[in-house]
Amino acid sequence: MDSVATEQELLIEIRKVAYSYGYGDVLKDVSFPINQEDFLAIIGPNGSGKTTLLKIILGLLKPRLGEVKIMGKTVEEFADWKTIGYVPQKATHIDSLFPVSVKEVVAMGIQSSRRFPRRTREEDSCISRALQQVGIEEYKNRRIGNLSAGQQQRVFIARALANHPKILMLDEPTTGVDVKTQEHFYDMLHRLNREEGITIVLITHEVGIINKHVAQVACLNQTLVYHGSHDEFCRSDEFKRMLADGHHLVSHHH
Amino acid sequence: MEALFLYGFFQRAFLTGIFIAIACGLLGIFLILRRDAMIGHGLAHVAFAGVALGLFLNVMPLAVALFMAVVASWIIMKLKVKAGLHGDTAIAIFSSVGFALGILLATLSQSFNVDLFSYLFGEILAIEPSEVVFSIVLAFVVVLLIVVNYHKLMYMTFDRESAKASGIKVDRLDGLLTLLTAVTVVLGMKVVGILLVSALVVIPAAAGLQVASSFKQAIVLSTCISITSVVLGLVLAFLLDLPASGSIVLLSFLAFGILFVFRRARG
Ligand SMILES: Nc1ncnc2c1ncn2[C@@H]1O[C@H](COP(=O)(O)OP(=O)(O)OP(=O)(O)O)[C@@H](O)[C@H]1O
Ligand SMILES: [Mg+2]
Repeated sequence: MDSVATEQELLIEIRKVAYSYGYGDVLKDVSFPINQEDFLAIIGPNGSGKTTLLKIILGLLKPRLGEVKIMGKTVEEFADWKTIGYVPQKATHIDSLFPVSVKEVVAMGIQSSRRFPRRTREEDSCISRALQQVGIEEYKNRRIGNLSAGQQQRVFIARALANHPKILMLDEPTTGVDVKTQEHFYDMLHRLNREEGITIVLITHEVGIINKHVAQVACLNQTLVYHGSHDEFCRSDEFKRMLADGHHLVSHHH
Repeated sequence: MEALFLYGFFQRAFLTGIFIAIACGLLGIFLILRRDAMIGHGLAHVAFAGVALGLFLNVMPLAVALFMAVVASWIIMKLKVKAGLHGDTAIAIFSSVGFALGILLATLSQSFNVDLFSYLFGEILAIEPSEVVFSIVLAFVVVLLIVVNYHKLMYMTFDRESAKASGIKVDRLDGLLTLLTAVTVVLGMKVVGILLVSALVVIPAAAGLQVASSFKQAIVLSTCISITSVVLGLVLAFLLDLPASGSIVLLSFLAFGILFVFRRARG
């Protein structure tokens, strides 16, 4: 499954991107393409710039040098953000007293362009489906602050799914999610990727996940250390070094 | 009691009060959740300077106050984002400077009189017909803009970064919210006065937030509490010859107290 995805259409192009938070570059000269129907894992140690890169792609941060093009348009020109679902790294920035129900959070995913508060029936069914996909329908009327961290994370995943995105950008989406739900979740991503052609960009530290599901790997450590298919990656020196550094070794080798 | 509504001035106060109450109730939720509860307090003091200036120049004080509050709210927003002033430092500075300026102007123009006091303590029962139209139109616009942007405002308030990533123009909405706050504060000033206007924005919303488990509930409760306080406050004020502003604010505080105790009891 790994090395076939070569003839795909270019979706996102990252060109010579550098970024600094004000004291030296945390990203330097990063370039690689993301093609349609890729299942790409961005990996690298803590602080290597993975989240920063994702935020640059999403237009949340402006690169110091270089540029990102999405479907041929620069981030400034690109307007179709609803086609990109985003699950931020951990939901810790959420105010636990915020009065918002699980259903309302998921609805945020599809309503950003709507005018009046009423939901259509179609939207309601999108929301229900997204809730089902991550197995949290039973909590839909609970206040989000009353859920456990793992349950909250699932709500954010559902929010990203609700809008039927073409691209899903996930920043360590299963941190704090139990193993069973994790497997369920990655199987679902796999299905979305294979059956619905959704492009997946996933930041993760889990080698097991990478081995089982991922087709392309981009390994960051301030610069791009490796980019290519997962199979080649397994034969590369980077991979050996990663294993030596003691990354999670729950490998499911195929 | 129905006789109440036969009085033109009571009808005017009642109608204006309800519109302004809705605007305050809606806006308050967003302000509290954005940790901006004190901005109403700050802007009210700036509006005081505007009122004093209006009386000094003999132009419609409400309009001058509105202008000054809008300018101040915009500067406060910019200071918060750009200048890296801590939390509500900008608000603290603006509220005292606004008040100082107001005192100065009022003394210069020797307008420390009934007019000025009506703005300080609120005098909705004495609202002029011209101000009624001005207030209702503005309050209606505030409510409409909040309703139209409801989802975006909620998303942005809850999770700014994801909202931005989904294409919501958060900076533009910040500006809108700031503008609406300035307008609402100046309107609220007419109902309960400069010294109590932040209560009208904050207390009903804080009460609603005690028990709401969804955003919709919070918004609806806050607005209902706000309307009820204004309506009952006006009736009480008229029947018992009490000041309307004090009655309204104390009634909303009563609602807050009840819901607070209710939440505690529920555990
Ligand atoms: N808001 C910020 N302000 C200043 N520096 C930051 C900020 N966010 C991240 N950094 C720095 O930028 C570098 C890259 O951070 P980033 O969050 O992109 O890493 P990451 O690869 O996502 O790490 P992790 O695996 O821990 O999530 C780190 O050195 C970090 O300290
Ligand atoms: Mg990260």
